[in-house]
Amino acid sequence: MPTVNVGRDLLFEALGKEYTEEEFEELCFEYGIELDEVTSEKQMASRMAGKECDDDGDEEVIYKIDIPANRYDMLCLEGIANALNVFLGRTPVPKYRLVEPPNGQPRQRMVVKPETMLVRPFVVCAVLRGVKFDQARYNSFIDLQDKLHQNLCRRRTLVAIGTHDLSTLQGPFSYEARVPEDIEFVPLKQTQSFNARDLMEHYKSDLKLRAFLPIIEKSLVYPVIYDAKGTVLSLPPIINGSHSAINLNTQDVFIECTATDLNKASITLNTVVTMFSMYSKEPFTVEPVEVEDALGNVNVYPKLDSRALSVELDYINSRIGTNLDAATAAKLLSKMCLSGAVGKDGKSIDVLVPPTRSDILHPCDVMEDVAIAYGYNNIVERVPSTVTEARALPINHLTDLLRSDIAMAGFTEVLTWILGSIQDNFEFVNRPDDLKKAAQISNAKTIDFQVVRTSLIPGLLKTLGSNKDAPLPVKIFEISDCVELDTTKDVGARNIRRVAGLACGTTSSFEVVHGLLDRIMEVLGVPFGGDAGYSLDPTGANEDGAFFPGRAANIMWKGKKVGSFGVVHPEVLTRFGIINPCSVVEVDLENFLAMPL
Amino acid sequence: MADQKELVEAELLKQINNNDLGVQDSVEFAGAFGFDHKTVAGVIRSLTAAEMVTYKEFDSSRWVLTKEGAAYADKGSPEVQVFNAIPEGGVPLTTLKEQLGKDVADVGFKQAMQQKWAAIVKGPEPLVTKKVDSVIDTVKELLQQIQADKEVDKVAVEKLKKRKMCSLETQKVYQVTKGPKFALEKKKMETDLTSEMVLKGTWKDTEFKPYNFAAMGTAPTGGHLHPLLKVRKEFREIFFSMGFEEMPTNNFVESGFWNFDALFQPQQHPARDAHDTFFMTTPADTPPENFPQDYLERVKTTHEKGGYGSIGYNYDWKIAEASKNLMRTHTTAVSSRMLYKLAQEGFKPKKYFSIDRVFRNEAVDRTHLAEFHQIEGVICDKGLTLGDLIGVLHAFFKRLGIEKLRFKPAFNPYTEPSMEIFSYHPKLQKWVEIGNSGMFRPEMLEPMGLPPDVSVIAWGLSLERPTMILYDIGNIRDLFGHKVNLSIVKSNPICRLQLPSEVESEA
Repeated sequence: MPTVNVGRDLLFEALGKEYTEEEFEELCFEYGIELDEVTSEKQMASRMAGKECDDDGDEEVIYKIDIPANRYDMLCLEGIANALNVFLGRTPVPKYRLVEPPNGQPRQRMVVKPETMLVRPFVVCAVLRGVKFDQARYNSFIDLQDKLHQNLCRRRTLVAIGTHDLSTLQGPFSYEARVPEDIEFVPLKQTQSFNARDLMEHYKSDLKLRAFLPIIEKSLVYPVIYDAKGTVLSLPPIINGSHSAINLNTQDVFIECTATDLNKASITLNTVVTMFSMYSKEPFTVEPVEVEDALGNVNVYPKLDSRALSVELDYINSRIGTNLDAATAAKLLSKMCLSGAVGKDGKSIDVLVPPTRSDILHPCDVMEDVAIAYGYNNIVERVPSTVTEARALPINHLTDLLRSDIAMAGFTEVLTWILGSIQDNFEFVNRPDDLKKAAQISNAKTIDFQVVRTSLIPGLLKTLGSNKDAPLPVKIFEISDCVELDTTKDVGARNIRRVAGLACGTTSSFEVVHGLLDRIMEVLGVPFGGDAGYSLDPTGANEDGAFFPGRAANIMWKGKKVGSFGVVHPEVLTRFGIINPCSVVEVDLENFLAMPL
Repeated sequence: MADQKELVEAELLKQINNNDLGVQDSVEFAGAFGFDHKTVAGVIRSLTAAEMVTYKEFDSSRWVLTKEGAAYADKGSPEVQVFNAIPEGGVPLTTLKEQLGKDVADVGFKQAMQQKWAAIVKGPEPLVTKKVDSVIDTVKELLQQIQADKEVDKVAVEKLKKRKMCSLETQKVYQVTKGPKFALEKKKMETDLTSEMVLKGTWKDTEFKPYNFAAMGTAPTGGHLHPLLKVRKEFREIFFSMGFEEMPTNNFVESGFWNFDALFQPQQHPARDAHDTFFMTTPADTPPENFPQDYLERVKTTHEKGGYGSIGYNYDWKIAEASKNLMRTHTTAVSSRMLYKLAQEGFKPKKYFSIDRVFRNEAVDRTHLAEFHQIEGVICDKGLTLGDLIGVLHAFFKRLGIEKLRFKPAFNPYTEPSMEIFSYHPKLQKWVEIGNSGMFRPEMLEPMGLPPDVSVIAWGLSLERPTMILYDIGNIRDLFGHKVNLSIVKSNPICRLQLPSEVESEA
């Protein structure tokens, strides 16, 4: 969820009211945003430096506001203020318009060269005329681009935004892709000219920009935008040129968004121009730009048309649980920046979705906005009449019954991690071959999450190793899932429910664990010996390095191995930092799911 | 030891009986008869418990010798030892050190020089010589007086304290007088009723020691259940009481398809990034043919172009991304499998729930773990409304003793509307988020084959958070994992989430 920092006083000025913190929190709650933190520039700076800070009270108060991840139109102060003002009924829903260039000039044009297909095929553009910047607006303009880059643009991989002072440039523009050595310009915040190859090298030490280098680094050609005089506007998605940089005196802003995803580029462009068109000479107007693609087709951007959508009133009421008439529903929608009007049949709402609301995909999104404007907490609750039967998952039912029985037998339940290191799960217990049947993780940040366990034993040993001061004897158990590879499952792995117990004292406690095994079998209804019973196979456990030689056995039932138990090998104990001997037992519970009890 | 106790007891009772004032000073008494004072104190307390004597206690301080001091009281002060060791004609300091030991020689030589008892004669090797004929060992005398517990000169003794030869020790001293049941001999009392007493009937003539009710009883030797799993059991009971069926969540490894795509979560969504989700090397992918093919096509089309009234996300949907295996990030992956299955078998109203492990590739801290338990409830029926969701949430949380709820609009890729659930925390005196809820999107349900008038309401919360609040645990790592202290598992109380309000108000 993105967080936007806005100056409290500027926000309240835009909202035309000084709220108390509680009042503002309440408003946020109702709308579905959240006042996350109240801070100041100074506090944020000192926190970055890891220091405490005395607030002297003169600092501008900053509100950190959490915005829902799909509301790109609220990623700046202008957007938040607009949404809340419309919600409160203070201002009407803005009507965004395209206006042609002044004095009968032709539209600006961007020509896309076919080579861009190789690296970053799309570009969309727009112009804002007569913009009045001041420091706060300028900062907000830059912050919005940052936030969009982080979220919607997926760290510039999908879309990158460049903004330019149009007065320094000469159209038409061309979007090209060239070999890096052929691109030469002075980048933003630099005085020296670089070719693109050297520039990429230069930015390898730049803390912010180096994250974006891999997006184009391996490409044979780099994307670049030129004006008619051959001035470089930008090397997307890395950096703009210094020549066309905007400043506080800039009035005409040229905006280009290059992309690998045309739809996202269009949404990004719409968000930038709609938010800041309020500062245009004529508010809420944007000048269109023609984009000529590689095939010679011309498209005009930005696409500010509202999308018309008809939503059945009955659908809205039947999903929310209200009984609103069409006029009320339409009025509620207008509070959410959606223009609503009663449809001709009187049973539906004609909704106009503005270019700012790219999150509206389906009538259900409209229905939600009616519910929010109506107030979630005003909806009358009712209990669903759905009649169903309760039912436990058989393996969980068995697990819960067995847990109680083992605890009654004197063992204490532990709860350990499913994920662990290869070392703990296989090497430390002398079972290296078991790794072959384990599900493994590709992107673990630490070795603690390398692999999914195939046995509960390492978890019990780790617990014992971490509880050195527990009074002896220690008797612990766990019933939980392990995972093993299984090609008969669609994903290629399956869970196996296992029960494991451990006993530790000054002697091996082998008989204690043997007794636990007998007890588990007794409550599962499996006798010892005979055709229907379980038997113990000591030779079968010879290969298992986890156990002390001669003090271990496989547990056999109906001709197959269902578990094993034994005295833990002293080598294993040492690796887990355990100083007293202990024994363990582990049984596959899945085998006994069908036992008549 | 028992013999010693009996001797002390007999002598003490005799002395109290002989003297109207009783025994004035227990330390003096112990000294006079050569008893250990600790034993005497024990006897006094046991006789007091039997009401045979009463006592007053006061602090008494006295000088005692340190280990060094005791040695000097025996062998003489170091300065005198040095003086006595100097032969006619002097001796090198190194020889003194060999003779007397380094510590005694060093300290003694320094003191003897200060007292002007000795001098250094310079030469090829400097020699220590006597400066006076004889000396008196006042230090030794003083130390012996302290040892004998005699009055000593305060100024002189302070000097010895500085030289770490003695220290002032404070101890409890008892003044003992006759109690209400005073007798010269203590009647033997039994501690416990034995089978022999029952058999022979001797219990009738036996006096029993009073039982010490201030002490704890013997701890039972049984096992214990884990607190988090006790709370899990209680939540399961709540779902059962509301008619919910448990979902088969025993599949930790899941495909991107069921975990994300089936839920209409776009492939570029941040949750699908490697830094939020654990992806697998083995088994790396689910083979594409293992997905229901017609359903897969519908999911792809809905993402790319929309359908069912939706405009879709407008991007190129890739099977490779859907095939990627991962550790499931939520149990909703299982809900999507269940709802798909339900649609294939023919729709019926259903209430599903699960409580099981989910995995996030996140940094671990006091409140976040890479593994935790998600509690999820799902109701699937025709005509369910947001009002039904609010109603069922009230019913569910009321069973946890939470009455005051409030709902905040939120965003979730697969629910619309989405509501965050807040409850009023009486101790913190504020509203805190306790879970998430919503109605599944039509773009998720209709490609499965569920009829358009079916709505599915669902909610989720973590098992850890309510447990931490319930058992007052501040750090999640004290609750979950191998580092948890076993004594915490043993000592936590039973879990009664479903405490009826009338019981609670009486408590």
